[in-house]
Amino acid sequence: MSGRPMIELRKVSKWFGDFRALKEIDLTVAKGERIVVCGPSGSGKSTMIRIVNGLERHDAGTVVVDGIELGDDLRQVEAIRAEVGMVFQSFNLFPHLTVLQNLTLAPVWVRRMPGQEAEALAMELLERVKIPEQAGKYPGQLSGGQQQRVAIARALAMRPKAMLFDEPTSALDPEMIKEVLDVMVELAREGMTMVVVTHEMGFARTVADRVVFMDQGEIVEAAPPEEFFGAPQTGRARLFLSQILGH
Amino acid sequence: MRGVTVLAWLRANLFSSWPNALLTVATLWLLWRALPPFVDWAFLDAIWVAPDSKACRAAAGEGACWAFVAEKHRFILFGTYPYEEHWRPAAACAILVALWVASGLRRLWSWWLAPMWAAGLAAVGVLMWGGVLGLPFVENQRWGGLILTLLLTTFGLAIAFPVAILLALGRRSGMPVIQGLCVGFIELVRGVPLISLLFMASVMLPLFLPERVTIDKLLRAQIAMILFAAAYLAEVVRGGLQAIPRGQYEAADALGLSYWKKTLLVVLPQALRISIPPLVNTFIGFFKDTSLVLIIGLFDLLSTIKVSLTEPAWTGFGVEAYLFAALVYLVFCLAMSRYSQNLERELARAEAGRRT
Repeated sequence: MSGRPMIELRKVSKWFGDFRALKEIDLTVAKGERIVVCGPSGSGKSTMIRIVNGLERHDAGTVVVDGIELGDDLRQVEAIRAEVGMVFQSFNLFPHLTVLQNLTLAPVWVRRMPGQEAEALAMELLERVKIPEQAGKYPGQLSGGQQQRVAIARALAMRPKAMLFDEPTSALDPEMIKEVLDVMVELAREGMTMVVVTHEMGFARTVADRVVFMDQGEIVEAAPPEEFFGAPQTGRARLFLSQILGH
Repeated sequence: MRGVTVLAWLRANLFSSWPNALLTVATLWLLWRALPPFVDWAFLDAIWVAPDSKACRAAAGEGACWAFVAEKHRFILFGTYPYEEHWRPAAACAILVALWVASGLRRLWSWWLAPMWAAGLAAVGVLMWGGVLGLPFVENQRWGGLILTLLLTTFGLAIAFPVAILLALGRRSGMPVIQGLCVGFIELVRGVPLISLLFMASVMLPLFLPERVTIDKLLRAQIAMILFAAAYLAEVVRGGLQAIPRGQYEAADALGLSYWKKTLLVVLPQALRISIPPLVNTFIGFFKDTSLVLIIGLFDLLSTIKVSLTEPAWTGFGVEAYLFAALVYLVFCLAMSRYSQNLERELARAEAGRRT
């Protein structure tokens, strides 16, 4: 973990009206590092990772992604977005395009990749998420788990330097969670820089380099999983863990 | 077995309750009173061909005088266009209809629709104006009838539709100046009857132009109609845009797509698909609204019928004439509405949520 950090947040704050969603967040993510962000709902986890690729604008502080500072310049924001993949809770696949077209859209139109090359890449990624046979179908014809795997492949098709996951399994039926987590674990093994907002503590234990615990817009704890799960430092973290693991 | 099912169907659909049964009986009675006389008048006692109106007058309204339509159909369809050149507007009509049909077939949807339209419209222009390729020149004051209706509709919609999309996008953009301009334009044009726009274009506009600048009447009417259609279509498109979930915008943003790529590749294809029924509704309304140009002295299909009725020999056959006009309008409007229903069904099937 040397060199320039992949993602760097310094004293980042965000208000929604009078509500302060983030309070001076500091977080550095090294290249290849896997971070799991957890915390009660409304703690600002999603807001934080949405700020990283400019889906949400921060009101104060500095955000630097791969050496580019996130500011008002739309071109820079778009450049960062092309380098950082994002997977949403509700998949957000494009329903009017086939699975294959969902994957080739951005490489062709943003990266200007030739169509055939983009299709070859798309098929390779669909193999990796284990649904090449669905390439010609529309998202509406797939199960939730399949859709989320397509969404991961769609983000990977841009050959991103980092991946953000915003509660990727929260909208899935229990029996489909594993197939999505398996893909994510594999991705982590390949060395992808990942920031994952999730309540899947099993995933955090196996994959995370660090677990970041947030509450009320602040980072309360950040520690390797064995430390965080074994000996949480704060009462708030202990309470959260007991609630989420207790039953 | 069959008899039983027919009886069951009758009972379920026509006589399910007392009010329903009463309605059925009343409707049947009305049909029995109205239909046979109409069939007699329109078909059995009708005069289909006659050298002049005397035969029709002799029949004294017992039967329809379709001979009138047969006699006047050239004028009704092509207006005052030189008689021996009528094949030209006829061919132009055929080209326009062919362009619409070709654009409607989904398997023909590809980039070459654009050059096809360009070539088709150029051909229509050459045919109608002439002056080249040995075709005598015909000034556009002599254009009239069906071709004028089709031209006003085609150019009106073809130009108004992209303008409408821009207006709708502008209205939803976060930029106050653009948003204000779009809202102002839409509300202003929608708040005024089409007739007053047409009067404005034909009477008032020339007053404001320098003396030597003249824009011909057809073009001015066309511009007024484009503005009118654009304002209405813009609101239809905006409705479609509002139905697209925020997640679609975010997913496109997250992939690094710029505003225009996001709009053209992700948002509009979905928004326009949702808008098909109201869009076609507006198209049909617009097609019929072209008949209002008669008040500023342009001769569309309806005006040519009105004019042919003023000829002394044929006055008094208005019912036949307007039934004919209604039939022509009905054919076009029905085609549009059937097509949109098919398109909706096809698109829905392509993306069906059903698993295979």
